[in-house]
Amino acid sequence: MAGLNSIVEGHKKNPFKRSRWNIGLWILVVTYLVYSIGSLGLNAERFLSGIGHASILLDRMFPPNFERWELLLSGLVESLEIAMISSVSGIFLSLFIGILAARNLMPPWVSVPIRGFVALCRSFHPVIIAILFVKSVGFGALAGILTLIIASIGFIAKLFAEAIEEISFKQVEAIRATGANFSSVVIYAVMPQVFSRFIGFATYQFDSNLRNSTMVGIVGAGGLGGTLFSAFQRFDYDFVAAILITIISLILVWEFLSTLVRRVF
Amino acid sequence: MATIDYHWQRFSFGKKLARFSVYLFFITGFLFSIRSVEVIPEFLYDAPEQIMDLLSRMWPIDYAFYPLTVHEAIIETLNIATLGTLVTLIFAIPLALMNASNVVSSPLIHWISRFFLVSSRSVNSLVWALLFVAMFGPGMLAGVLAIAFRSIGFVGKLLGEALEEVNMGSVEALRATGAPWGAVMLKGYCPQVMPAFFSIVLFRWDINVRESAVLGLVGAGGIGVVLNDSMNLFQWQEVAMSLLAIFTVVVLAEILVINIRNRLI
Repeated sequence: MAGLNSIVEGHKKNPFKRSRWNIGLWILVVTYLVYSIGSLGLNAERFLSGIGHASILLDRMFPPNFERWELLLSGLVESLEIAMISSVSGIFLSLFIGILAARNLMPPWVSVPIRGFVALCRSFHPVIIAILFVKSVGFGALAGILTLIIASIGFIAKLFAEAIEEISFKQVEAIRATGANFSSVVIYAVMPQVFSRFIGFATYQFDSNLRNSTMVGIVGAGGLGGTLFSAFQRFDYDFVAAILITIISLILVWEFLSTLVRRVF
Repeated sequence: MATIDYHWQRFSFGKKLARFSVYLFFITGFLFSIRSVEVIPEFLYDAPEQIMDLLSRMWPIDYAFYPLTVHEAIIETLNIATLGTLVTLIFAIPLALMNASNVVSSPLIHWISRFFLVSSRSVNSLVWALLFVAMFGPGMLAGVLAIAFRSIGFVGKLLGEALEEVNMGSVEALRATGAPWGAVMLKGYCPQVMPAFFSIVLFRWDINVRESAVLGLVGAGGIGVVLNDSMNLFQWQEVAMSLLAIFTVVVLAEILVINIRNRLI
């Protein structure tokens, strides 16, 4: 009887009861919000004047001004060149760096330093790397290219190494048993298992390099970003709108092309 | 005796042709870009020397600079990243619901939400920051809004995909009891997407910590302002201190995210 009663007691409990952790989390979030919004220095007046500025800004942005299309086109071509060179060389380099960083193919004294290098490439935002390269190799496309190569290595080499670490080792053992050397093992046992994923990472990285090549110009590393930034500083907002529309349509075209490329592989 | 005249091929002729044309496209694009990009070769040759010169100016790191301005700026950077990620959710959750085909079935609404998600993703966070600095003036508010608007596309797209993978059985069961729309959302969809939701938000927060470190270059608050100031004054030892602070925060954020993720999932 006692057991029955305790079961009935158990049923009275709310099945969707919030845990203590959950409540604590919400309290934490709310206190954080109060604190950080306080530090924002936001008041109604500033917000309303901001909305006013926004309407003026939008008014001046439309209609977009394509009159200086030659400038726009030269910036666009430079951005495309930066994206192309840095993607092809960055992806090619990370093919090797990824293999060197895979812990199941390489001894620790090779993979650990390489992994450290890759992590270092990844931990800074491309803009900061671009600043350092602009200071060291001067203004222009070269700084942008070097920046995006570093960014590509940081992203693809890491994911590629992780993909290699997940492969099935049976093929590797089979190829090794035939007496094949290391390069044959990589070409015939490792690559077929990871190549389609590598292509996936590579198309994603090309996409992200394309976006970033239109941005590194803001710090002087060549491409459409420089044009954009100077248009901003001269308050040519209608030209800014034209550049933004160009960038968005460029990325939409690439998204369409990248689905085609992915279907091929 | 008739021999079987059959040579095994992994890919059909059409597939080979398609792959070959993709390779050809990228290699010609690469070579063409290399030829036409404006790079001054002398700059490339003395790049290692210049980089070593820059590093020697950065050493030793000026640790005394940290308590003066860097500490406050780093806290502000973290606030921008966190607040920006929270503000994103206000816009991203409705857009994700509109984008998921098993929540809303109207194609018109899908296209509307997709338009907002794609335009949010195509514009870089630095460009968003430029726009918001023009509206609200320099400061943290512009940074928060830039981070928030850049993240909408990312969070909305991934959350929409997570919603589409929900097992519809429990949703249908709830609907069969006559539960109103809100209850179906809260008890049908919500528990199933919660793990994906937290991992998407944490991932985006990690990216936002990196991105908010550079927003200051265009005046949107955070450590970037300090970095830009000391760079304009050629105080390279202070620059090194700021870079070290950014590096530490980024690494700590990544470790934190990995730990929380392992505990949640």
